Amino acid sequence: MSPVIKKRGERFTLPSKYLLLILTILCTLMMLVTFGTDVFNRPLNVVVGYVIVPFQQGIGRVGEWLCDRSDELGQIRDLLEENASLKAQVAALTEENTLLQQDKYELNELRELLDLSEQYGAYNKVGARIIGRDAGNWYSSFLIDKGTEDGLETDMNVIAGGGLVGRITSVGPNWSRVTSIISDSSNLSGMTLATGDKLIVSGDLKLMSEGCITFRQLVDSQNMVAEGDKIVTSDISEKFLPNILVGYIKSINRDSNNLTKSGQITPAVDFEHLSVVLVITDRKQVVDESTSH
Amino acid sequence: MLRKGIVTIFILVCFVLQCSVFGSLAFGGIIPNLMIILTSSFGFMRGEKEGLLIGFFCGLLIDVFFGSFLGFYAMLLMYIGYLNGKFCRIFYPEDIKLPIALIITSDLSQGILCYVLLFMLRSRFQFGYYLTHVILPEVLYTTVVTIFLYPFVLKVNGKLEAYEKRRAQKFV
Repeated sequence: MSPVIKKRGERFTLPSKYLLLILTILCTLMMLVTFGTDVFNRPLNVVVGYVIVPFQQGIGRVGEWLCDRSDELGQIRDLLEENASLKAQVAALTEENTLLQQDKYELNELRELLDLSEQYGAYNKVGARIIGRDAGNWYSSFLIDKGTEDGLETDMNVIAGGGLVGRITSVGPNWSRVTSIISDSSNLSGMTLATGDKLIVSGDLKLMSEGCITFRQLVDSQNMVAEGDKIVTSDISEKFLPNILVGYIKSINRDSNNLTKSGQITPAVDFEHLSVVLVITDRKQVVDESTSH
Repeated sequence: MLRKGIVTIFILVCFVLQCSVFGSLAFGGIIPNLMIILTSSFGFMRGEKEGLLIGFFCGLLIDVFFGSFLGFYAMLLMYIGYLNGKFCRIFYPEDIKLPIALIITSDLSQGILCYVLLFMLRSRFQFGYYLTHVILPEVLYTTVVTIFLYPFVLKVNGKLEAYEKRRAQKFV
């Protein structure tokens, strides 16, 4: 007799192997459906956003408060020294700033002449706090405490301390997931600031502990790119806005094909000690395939 | 009903801890896997069905927050919970060796499966590196946390079972 058949007066229970089969089919379906679309993601993101995120925000705040208090005690002496050196730096920078202001004035005039819109520095940004990190050890992504209610959307770029952190890959009402550029699955198109040579920057789990990322497919036929050069996001990147600082070239090697070069980059952002990030709410302009012809 | 509520709280608290508190207690960037401890301990304490359901929901939570598509961790943890449930018959609360061995095996197999499905298929073949730098440290850290977390889970489960027994007797 089949174990599923219900006896009179007995509470119906499903044997575990059938439950396993049903849930396996459900999981497979979900994987297939969500691989391309985000049909289930949206409602689920809303639900977990209201259940889990408040706890994470609370724990994050407490942890940060404790960390701040202990830092304050330890850092007073350092701060005094730092203050003195910073004062000297302020004087130097003020002077430099006036020079730069003059340059900028001139640049703006020239831009107006050329009818160029200002390329960067004018992005709209929103600050957000990090409230959780990846639950596994394989990839590097984290959660921030702002979502669609604050105007965030997927594919918005995230920066911190002047360098690129990553981009938003999933949004809920009050949280978003940021996949960082050091994550093993991340790839982006970059270029060297000095020469404008294009290259591909990818994260690597092996190098994550050393705080490095790799680059490859750098065509540098003139041998102009050197260690220490600045790498920024390129104009042709699909998801990233142009000219955001990624990092500096740490080492550079010629590939065995003798055409391209690859090597390592030191990111501009300290990913170990991130606590606050800025989300750029402008998105890369997307060419609509249907209207572009 | 009480059991469902308490298990839900367990899952939520462990997930939140794993994402936030243990993130800052990470040794060499490695965090312990509390979800595996919950899934597999409820599996061998309560049987196949409870194991697979708890595994499914733990995995789903990870998927929603950190997965690029839904269902991967849900399926992985569900099978781990189910297989742990097979050991329910030889489980005694007094014995600590079987639970530790099962949790270690579960975490190890989850790590290896993650490597094969997420990394090897993207032609990252240095298994030795990933084994010694990600999988084994995670297993070790998880085992240490198990020693503290497991007795607590066991105690709560014992209390719940006693409560359910009393209620059942009241009905008769």
